[in-house]
Parts: sequence; structure tokens; C-alpha cells
Amino acid sequence: MSEDVQLSQVCMDFGNFRAVNKVDVTIKAGEFFSFLGPSGCGKTTILRLISGFMDPTEGAVKIGGVDMRGIRPNNRPTALIFQNLALFPLMPVWENISFGLEVRGASKEQRRAKAEELLQLVDLHDSADKRISQLSGGQKQRVAIARALAVEPKVMLLDEPLSALDLKLRQHMRAELRAIQKRTGVTFIYITHDQGEALAMSDRVGVMSQGVLQQVAVPNEIYNNPVNGFVASFVGENNVFEGTVTDEKAGKAKFETAFGTFGARLGPNINKKSSARLYVRPEFCELKATAGKDNSIPVKVSEIAFEGNFINVFCEDAKGLTRMVQMQNDPSSPPPKPGTKSHLVFDSARAVVLAETGVDRKA
Amino acid sequence: MQEMLRRYGYGLTFIMSLLVAFWLLAMVVVPNIILLEFSFRPYLPMVDVGGPKDVYSFNNYLTFFTSPIHIEVFFKTVIYSSLVTGICLIITYPLAYILSKVVKPTDAATIFLMLLVPLWVSEILRSFAWFIILGNTGPLNALLLYVGLIEKPVRWIVNYQGVIFGLVYAYILFMLFPIYNAISALDTNQIEASKDLGAGTIRTHWRVVIPHSKPGIASGCVMVFMLSAGSVIVPSTLASTNSRWFTEVIQQWMFEGLDWQVGSAYAFLLLVLCIMFVSIVMRVLNVRLVDIAK
Ligand SMILES: Nc1ncnc2c1ncn2[C@@H]1O[C@H](COP(=O)(O)OP(=O)(O)O)[C@@H](O)[C@H]1O
Ligand SMILES: [Mg+2]
Repeated sequence: MSEDVQLSQVCMDFGNFRAVNKVDVTIKAGEFFSFLGPSGCGKTTILRLISGFMDPTEGAVKIGGVDMRGIRPNNRPTALIFQNLALFPLMPVWENISFGLEVRGASKEQRRAKAEELLQLVDLHDSADKRISQLSGGQKQRVAIARALAVEPKVMLLDEPLSALDLKLRQHMRAELRAIQKRTGVTFIYITHDQGEALAMSDRVGVMSQGVLQQVAVPNEIYNNPVNGFVASFVGENNVFEGTVTDEKAGKAKFETAFGTFGARLGPNINKKSSARLYVRPEFCELKATAGKDNSIPVKVSEIAFEGNFINVFCEDAKGLTRMVQMQNDPSSPPPKPGTKSHLVFDSARAVVLAETGVDRKA
Repeated sequence: MQEMLRRYGYGLTFIMSLLVAFWLLAMVVVPNIILLEFSFRPYLPMVDVGGPKDVYSFNNYLTFFTSPIHIEVFFKTVIYSSLVTGICLIITYPLAYILSKVVKPTDAATIFLMLLVPLWVSEILRSFAWFIILGNTGPLNALLLYVGLIEKPVRWIVNYQGVIFGLVYAYILFMLFPIYNAISALDTNQIEASKDLGAGTIRTHWRVVIPHSKPGIASGCVMVFMLSAGSVIVPSTLASTNSRWFTEVIQQWMFEGLDWQVGSAYAFLLLVLCIMFVSIVMRVLNVRLVDIAK
């Protein structure tokens, strides 16, 4: 039981501030789709457009092919889980969950039964008669999910629902949410500013910046083939070099920087001579005692951060900028000591030259 | 208390507590005890005060229970004060909701200022203004005649109508503010969550907004009722030939009859009535005294 959600050229203005700009994407029925972006980029606004608290200034929101303009939230097949959950503190847990059924005129027995059933589904037993204030953060989370599921929505909208939880619980709830989505088959549209969350849970991710959807793709595509500088630096870490493309051939570029000329892949929307940036992930960089033939800069190791399964080595380059190299933990070859002079080397196939943003910001 | 101690230290806290205690004692407790004591004593010529005839009895209260006219006035005061309370509630609840959840905060501030300005004028003057407005040849009739809603002037100040107009006008803000505060404290997301789950406007108010604002509604009702039942100026300014208010009866006993003893008994009955009203409101709305006091 799910529907697709189609956003076509959706724009939303508040006064003369454009919070959402020409967002165009179709979220498939039954998909777990995440909008990922920094705070203030318009994610909540998109959810509110889909749930019906406002209509877009331009463009259309369609659910199951039906244009939703003018249809109020109480008549849309969506359920929204608010950033702060917005549970009703004056009702016990079971009335919270069955509120949507009360609206639909279900009898008290039906409502109670449905509430119990959903409490099982979200793995929260014997809590039907508790007050909301008696629940922990994670339990409240589950009640909010159950309350939204009770109305049997075709599309579930979640606004950073895990942001208030501590790390352990957050990771547990990720898996839980994913499992609930699989079990119910409902379309989930999930909002987060946490890239790990988005990449780990989603079928597809849409990365947003300043109201513009920058890239829509499956998680590994987002990470491995970002379309522009914003996506590359928002998702994961990078060593960045500024410079100019001096030569291009069959998707390969020569990129001139203050550290020399590097070889790299050429990202989309870039031509020769355009100024751009080169991005290379720390796990694709190596430290070598002798300088490499290409793509090599001299550095001095400044700090080691041991993370467990991997180690981050922070180095300083000739200009005093910090560069990062990530290596696997291997007891037989320990990381270099701070102060060691070394060379940071990377493969040109792993580096990519990207434009700042791929999309024209002007409305 | 702990908080006060931490912030002001022992000396200041002690002085402040003492002042509050003095205020309560001198302004509330002692006068009421004197009133109570008075109400059981007979009205005697000066020479007999303290003499053998000056004994406690329920005679003053019996005076009330044996005079049907006073009982009638008492109940009319109760009924019309409740009516005033109800009218204030019906008018202010939507207004409070709109001011706290619909209007922009800056606009709400302007509206509040406009609502508060009339309070700078004394209650007597405001009542008298209503006396003029509601008069047969007053502005209200003139306006309605001009618009064509009525064909000949309406007599507004008949029975208790004038008093009700006056009391609603005088005390409506005491209903508006507590309800406004209560609704403002409600997280807007709760209202949206209710709508998102399919509830319409009425159910959202009934199940989410009203339960949340109950303490505000209760304190508004208590204040408007007590102020109305205890008002003297409005009922006497806007009185018609057959509208008497219980406070006017008390005033008669005390200042015209000079019988302070019976007057005290009557005043005490009014106090008991108000206490009963507070308990009923608390019971009906299922709120505690601390919620109202907030
Ligand atoms: N009702 C509104 N009126 C005016 N500006 C708004 C309103 N809602 C959101 N905005 C603005 O739109 C931008 C995007 O907000 P939002 O969608 O909440 O971002 P996010 O959820 O990604 O943090 C922000 O700059 C915010 O200030
Ligand atoms: Mg948000």
C-alpha cells in the first residue's frame, strides 16, 4: 500500500525569499527516499509541501498521479512525523496512536486493538496506558511512528526523527525504521542533515543546498560520483585543490594548481579553462617516503587520530593547509609519527575535478 | 522558595516573605475574619454593644433566607454572572486562538495594545460610556438605524441587558489573557499533527487545543465570575428599573440601613458563593488550584 510522489518544478517563496527552487524528482512507490542537506536548505519546507501545510508557489506536488493543490493535510494520504514528534501529552499512549482512527469514527474497542497491534509492530509492549511523559526518547519515537502508521498512510514523511536521540539508539532506530518500511511497504520520505543516516538507510538520496536539489542517486553513486563540489564536500571528507583545467581528453583532465599539475577525472559541466576544484577522498590517498611521478605533494605529518578499524593521518602541506590521509588499521605497519616528512600520493582515476554547483541559482 | 533563597540570600528572602505574609494577613485574612465575626452579631444601639444582648446568633443569615426578594436577587446575580462568564468565554476563545496561532506576533502585539488602551480609563467612566452608547438616542441605535438593520430605536437597557453588556465589556480581558497565554504555550506542531492525522477544525480544538488551555479557561472563568458577581459600579450605572445586583443589596444594608452586621452576613454569603463557583469550575474542567493560580 503505497503511492509515488512526484515533485515537478516545485518552488516555494516566503516573501521574496525562495526556500525551495525548482525541485524536480519522482519518488517511487515503496521507496525509502532521503533528502539530505544542511540545516536551512529547505528540507522541512519540502515535507510541508508534500503533507499539505502549504502549496507550492510554482510547480506541482502529485501523489499517485493526483495533483494535491488545494487538498488540506487531513485529506492527503500522507502522515508526517514531526522533528519534535508532537505527541499529545494529555492523552495516554494508546489514544495518541489511535487518534487518527478516532477521527475516522472507529469504536473504542477497534481503536484499542489497533493501538495494541501497532505497539507490537514498533516493539513497544505494555505501554498502551502509559502517559507520554513516562516514556524515554526512543519510546516516544516509536509511539510517533505507530501513530503515523495507524492512519495507514500511502506516504510516510519523516522530519529528522532521530536527531534528538543519542548515538547508540540512533543507530538502532535506523535499522528499526528501515525494517518497518520494508514490512509495511509504505513510501518513506526521510529528511536528515546526517549523511551517514541518509546513506545507510535509503534506496535513493537527494542532496540539497539552498533550496536546490543538487543530485539524486543511489547512496554509493552520491559518494563515489558526486556531480559537484557541494555534494562532494557535504557527503564525506575530501582533500581539495583549487586550480584550472588546462587540458581535457575523453573525460580525463590536466588540472593546474599551486602544487603542480595533477591528473584527474573530469566531472560534469566543466570545460577547459574554467576554474574549478579537485577533490580526492582521504581513503584514496597514500603516504609515501619518496615523491611519486604524478599527483604527489610533499607533506609533514602533524597528527594521528586512531579511530579503531581505520586511522586518520593529518598532514600539513607546503602552504600550511591540512591534508588528510585515511589508512586501514594494520598492526604490522603502524602509521608514521608526527613530524615525519612524507609525500601524499593519489591515483588520478580516484580524483575528480568538479564545478562549485551544477545548478544555476537564479530563480 | 529554594530558588529565592539561592538568588536573594536569607535576609532578603525573610523580609520578602514577611511582607507577603503581612499583606495577606492585613489585607485578606483579618478583614474577612472581622466580616465573619460581625455577621453573627446583632445590630444594636451603641449603648447595648458589648452588653448582655450582644450575643452570637444566626439571625443575620436568617434575614437572608427569609426574604424571597433577596434570594431572588442572589440567584439572578449568580445566573447573570455565569452568563457574562459564558459570553466572555465564547467571544475570547476564538480571539485568543487567532491572536496566538494565526496572526503574526507583531500584529498581535499591536492588537493587544489597542485592547489595553481602554483600561486606562476608569471603570465608572467606561460604564457611563456604555450608558450613553446604549441609550435610546445613543450612537448604537443611530448606527443600526442608519444601516437599516432596525426600523425604530431599540431599548437596550432593559432587565439585565445593560448590566450584561457592561460587565462583559469591563471584564472580557480577564478572560482573554489567561486563555491567550495558555494557547500560546501550545506547540503549533500539535495542532498540525492533529490535522495531519485527519482531524478537522472542531475535533482539533476539542481534543488538542481546549484540553491544553483548560487551566487558562478555568482561571479566566473564575476571574470574570468573581469580578462580575462582586461588581458594584457597572450594575448600578447600567441598571434598568428591574435589575438588582446582590452587591447593591449589601451596599444598601451597610450604607443606607447602617446595619453592618446583616451586610456582613450577606457579603459572606457572596464569598461562599464565589468559593463554590471556583470549586465547581475546577471539578468540571478537572484542573487543580495551582494550575489556575499560574
Ligand atoms: N513559514 C516560513 N516563513 C518564512 N521563512 C521560512 C518559513 N519556513 C521556512 N522558512 C525559511 O526557509 C528556509 C528553509 O527552511 P527549512 O525548510 O525549515 O529548512 P531545513 O528543514 O532544511 O532546516 C529557512 O531559511 C527558513 O528560515
Ligand atoms: Mg528542518
